[in-house]
Amino acid sequence: MGQEHMKSEISYREVNEDVVRTMTKTGPAYYIALISSMLVFAGFWLLPWSYQIYQGQGVTGLQTPAFWGIYLANFVFWIGISHSGTLLSAILFITQTPWRRSIYRSAEAMTFFSVLTAAIFVFVHMGRPWNFYWTMPYPNQRQLWLNFQSPLMFDVLAISAYMTSSVIFLYIGSIPDLAAVRDRVTGWRKEVYTVLALGWRGTDTEWHWLNKAYTFFAVFIIPLAVSVHSIVSWDFALSKVPGLNKTIFAPYFVVGAIYSGTAGIVTLMIILRKALNIEKYITLNHFSQLGKLLVVMSLLWSYINVLEVFTGWYANTSFENEALTYRMFTPPYSYMFWIMILCNSFMPLLLIFKKARTSIFVALIVSLAINVGMWLERYLIIATSLPRKFLPYMWHDYSPSWIEISTTIGSFGFFTMLFLLFVKLWPSVSIYEVKEDIGIPMKKGHH
Amino acid sequence: MAGFLERITERLNIYREPGWYKKFDHKWTMVIDLDKCNGCGACVLACYAENNIPVVGKEDCDKSRAFSWLRIERYVEGEYPDVKVKFIPVMCQHCGKAPCETGCPVYATYHNQDGLNVQVYNRCVGTFTCATYCPYDVRRFNWRTYKFEQPLDNQLNPDVTVREMGVMEKCTFCIQRIRVAKDKAKDEGREVQDGEIQPACVQSCPTGAMTFGDLQDPSSKVAKLAKSPRRYRLLEELNTDPSVIYLKRVMNDGAGTHEE
Repeated sequence: MGQEHMKSEISYREVNEDVVRTMTKTGPAYYIALISSMLVFAGFWLLPWSYQIYQGQGVTGLQTPAFWGIYLANFVFWIGISHSGTLLSAILFITQTPWRRSIYRSAEAMTFFSVLTAAIFVFVHMGRPWNFYWTMPYPNQRQLWLNFQSPLMFDVLAISAYMTSSVIFLYIGSIPDLAAVRDRVTGWRKEVYTVLALGWRGTDTEWHWLNKAYTFFAVFIIPLAVSVHSIVSWDFALSKVPGLNKTIFAPYFVVGAIYSGTAGIVTLMIILRKALNIEKYITLNHFSQLGKLLVVMSLLWSYINVLEVFTGWYANTSFENEALTYRMFTPPYSYMFWIMILCNSFMPLLLIFKKARTSIFVALIVSLAINVGMWLERYLIIATSLPRKFLPYMWHDYSPSWIEISTTIGSFGFFTMLFLLFVKLWPSVSIYEVKEDIGIPMKKGHH
Repeated sequence: MAGFLERITERLNIYREPGWYKKFDHKWTMVIDLDKCNGCGACVLACYAENNIPVVGKEDCDKSRAFSWLRIERYVEGEYPDVKVKFIPVMCQHCGKAPCETGCPVYATYHNQDGLNVQVYNRCVGTFTCATYCPYDVRRFNWRTYKFEQPLDNQLNPDVTVREMGVMEKCTFCIQRIRVAKDKAKDEGREVQDGEIQPACVQSCPTGAMTFGDLQDPSSKVAKLAKSPRRYRLLEELNTDPSVIYLKRVMNDGAGTHEE
């Protein structure tokens, strides 16, 4: 049982200094990473997107039956990545799981940044993105009201609610740490964190209310997160298109989102603990626990996937059959499909063994593979359903153009950029909760 | 407050009754007799000319971005020389329960008082949802700014807008002609007469395969044709309640009919 108290030899002061060090001490590697991610963001996303806005959606590979392509696949992918951070943090908080404490802060930040990336993809895929505010419900002089029947409208509301509440959740949980940072830095940082810490002094009353607020948001966010991805799935499931019109889509998407999100956390933690030298806070035990979760999600995902194929095959309508054959047995989609099955159903089974779970190398490979597989899943859902709708005369295969591919790469640059900024500007490991984990320090004299 | 709530409930309930859309002023319907259709494509051409539809060029055509609001679908069955070619003109079916209408977040596509499924270009933000949800693939998107070069701009129809880049469009049943006929009838203090409105495709059909009229008027030509035993509607099993009625072609081989 000693595994949970991995840091019993760490003192409170050390925790404070370690975390503040991650924010103030910056090496050249950090700047290189930050600048290159900015360049990727600008070069691969901003410039091609500007070109697309200027030229119109004609520069993409979209065409008449396949009106949705990689952009929407990316949207679902990033929303999926966002799902584990806050949701996992909230669930683990309520169940009072001790290993949550040192990883949840960066997991929540990951949520916010990936929702942001996903939200931008909505605008990227729009025909007239400069009119994006027409989708916001507010009384306006245009005398237009919105169509609340539309699943896209549900989406706008769900995603903005999710984004707002996960930011508040992240912020509330960070207040004591911001105060700790405030007390330890000088110069412009001092001023910024004084404002951000909201005058936190650490009295009993403050701790009491902080705990109340935090618990409230944790309880509030769990159903919200589940609903958000259900609603994202309805964008597809509420259509009549064979291959999209599936009742199982809502739980399928929720499971897929938590699955890819957890894998995203694993990847990120591996990079973070190495880059910031915080191996003593993010330990092998964390990877072991997350690995167990990944195995469970992998089994759930495989189960739903089998169901989806089975019910489609059993229905034996010509439309369903065409959609399934096109996805599973027609190159190039058949390659993607079976790679997806390998990555998502079989590779994570490695994590059943404790040796694999506690190996950083295996964890990195498996978590990356899962996200490759999950991206392929989203891509396949969209790219194999729409080109094969009801009337065969209009069938036309979809292949993405260079702009769509470059935007996909650019979105990773954008996400990395935001995360790198976060690591320097925000305490990325929760100081006060790691201290809870350590327990009251023993009096050995040298502390 | 109570009165306000009642008013709202009353207005909402109108839309809850089954068949509420049948209480509209008209139910414009097109009947296409496939027995008479020889697939010449005059309707497609007339549609291009009437509705200011841009010609997209070879490259975009290859990418399946051809703009035709009305298309003649061809299906070839069997191997040469024993080949059967089937064709069917397909345009927006103006569904009574249109999947596209529930998809649009900004109400750019909605049902008007004539039972038509209309598209408001200026309201469209281009989310593609309507086109994705459409089972008939009849919606067309302005992928680029398509220009009508000199002197082609002289042939533009002044009654129809030229759409800008980034909006969705589709067959309107030549709503500009419907508007003119209704205005004229209103000025003269009468109802619109049967046969007064002819969309461009109907007008140009050399064999008279297409008929347009008000299904709610029991004496109209369309209402009579719609009772034909040969009648069917495209993908009716999807419960979209389309306004375009096809009459099956009678084959020469005895009882055989052909559909799709």
